[in-house]
Amino acid sequence: MSDTNKEGLFSKSNIKLITNPLNDDNPISVQVLGICSALAVTVQMKNAFVMALSVTAVVAIGNVIISLLRNYIPSRIRIIVQLVVAAALVILVDQILKAYSYDISKQLSVFVGLIITNCILMGRFEAFALGNKPWPSFLDGLGNGFGYGLILMVVAFVRELLGSGKIWGFEILGDPLKKTGVYASGYVNNGFIILAPMALILVGIVIWVQRSINRKLIEK
Amino acid sequence: MEYVNIFIKSLFIDNMVFAYFLGMCSFLAVSKKVSTAVGLGIAVTFVQIITVPLNYLIYKYVLEPGALAWLDPSFASLDLSFLTFILFIASVATMVQLVEMIVEKYSPSLYNSLGIFLPLIAVNCAILGGSLFMQQRVDAGIYSNIGHVTTFALASGLGWAIAIILMAAIRERMEYSHVLAPLRGLGITFIITGLMAIGFMSFGGIDLNAFNQQPEEKVSELVPTKPIEAPVQVLDTLPIIDSLTVDSLKVDSLTVNPLEKSK
Repeated sequence: MSDTNKEGLFSKSNIKLITNPLNDDNPISVQVLGICSALAVTVQMKNAFVMALSVTAVVAIGNVIISLLRNYIPSRIRIIVQLVVAAALVILVDQILKAYSYDISKQLSVFVGLIITNCILMGRFEAFALGNKPWPSFLDGLGNGFGYGLILMVVAFVRELLGSGKIWGFEILGDPLKKTGVYASGYVNNGFIILAPMALILVGIVIWVQRSINRKLIEK
Repeated sequence: MEYVNIFIKSLFIDNMVFAYFLGMCSFLAVSKKVSTAVGLGIAVTFVQIITVPLNYLIYKYVLEPGALAWLDPSFASLDLSFLTFILFIASVATMVQLVEMIVEKYSPSLYNSLGIFLPLIAVNCAILGGSLFMQQRVDAGIYSNIGHVTTFALASGLGWAIAIILMAAIRERMEYSHVLAPLRGLGITFIITGLMAIGFMSFGGIDLNAFNQQPEEKVSELVPTKPIEAPVQVLDTLPIIDSLTVDSLKVDSLTVNPLEKSK
C-alpha cells in the first residue's frame, strides 16, 4: 500500500498503462483480442465510435470492479464471476443506447450483447485486474479501450470513405445519384469495401503497416 | 424442406466466421494445427447444439414479454427481456463447464491439446452470438419452433468447424512459404481469412426457393407477368441509359430470357 501512496496518480508507469495499448501492446493488432466486434461495426464511423465508447466504458469500469473484488473471488469460479460483472455492465450500456440513440443500437444489433464475450474484457480482467489495484486497472481499461477504438476508427474511416463516399455521415465526395463533386468525373463508390471480407483484409493491411513501422512487433 | 433451407443458409450463406466474424479470437489462435482445430470445432458444435435450444426455451418461457403467463395469469404483463444477456451467458458458462468435465473424463488427449481454450469456449462469441441471433430471428418470426432453432444451432456450429479446419489446413501448408516479415503470423492470417470469405460469398447465389417449389409451378407463376416483347425493347435502349437503370433492366432481362426458351 505504501508504495502506491508515494506514487502520483499520473506517474510514469501509470501513463504507460494508457499509451502502451495504443501501439506496442494494441489489443487488436498485437494481443489479438476483441476482433469479432471490431470487424462487424466498422462500416460507418459513427457506429464504430459508439461501439468503441461502449467497450471502453465496460472495460474500464469492469476492471475497477474486478480489481476491488480480486481478493474475494475464488479462482475456480473466476470466469463466471467475470462474465456476470461484464454482463451486468453490458446490460446497462445496452439500455442506455436503446434510450438515447435507438437507431445506432438497432444497427449494432447483436454486437452490443457480444461485448460480454469480447475477448478484450476477459483478457484484461484475467491478465491485469485480478492482480492490480483499482486505479492502475482503471487506466489499463481506458488504454485498451482507446487502442481498440483507434484501430476501429482507422478501419471505419477507410471503409466509409471508399465504400459510401462519406465521413461521419457527411457526403464529402458529392452526391452519387445527382452526380455532383467527384462523381461528376465518373468516380464510383466501391461497394465491395462495405462487404465482410474487406474488413478482414483491411485489418490485415493495418497490421502490415503498423509492423513495418514498429519492427519489434514482427513475429519470430 | 424448411429445415434444409435453414441448414444450408446458416452453414454456408450466413457462415458464423465469414459473414458475421463471430468467434474470431479462438479462430485465429487455435488454427495452427488441423488436429486441434478439429477438436475445437467439434467442441463448439456440441456446445452450440446444447445451448441454443436451451436458451430458446429460457427465452420462450421466462424472458419474452408476457412469457411468464404459464406460471400465473397475473404475470402476463411482465417483460424480463432486459435480463437476456445475463441468463444466456449463465447457461452458456454452465454448459461449457459441463463439456469440460466430460471431455476431461473421456478424452484426456483432446483435453490436453485444447488446453486453455476449452474454458474459453464460454467467451467464444460464436456461442453467445448464436443464441443472440436465435433470439433476434425468433422475434422476427423467422424461426418458429424448437426444430428450426436446433437446425440453426447444428448448422452454425458445423459452419464454424468447417471454417477453422480449412484455415488450419492452409496455415499448416503456409509454414514453408516465404511471407513478408511484417505480414508474418497475424497479418497474413487476416488476409487469407478475407480471401476465404470472398469465396464463401459465392454461396450467396444458392437459390433457397428451389427446394420449396416445383419447376413447373415456377414457370406458370412467371409467364403472365411479363409480355414477351419486353427484352427486344430493352436491347434497343441499352446504349443510351446510364448504369443505374441498366442494373434494374438487367434483372428484368434475366428473368425474361428463360421464359423465351420455355416458350
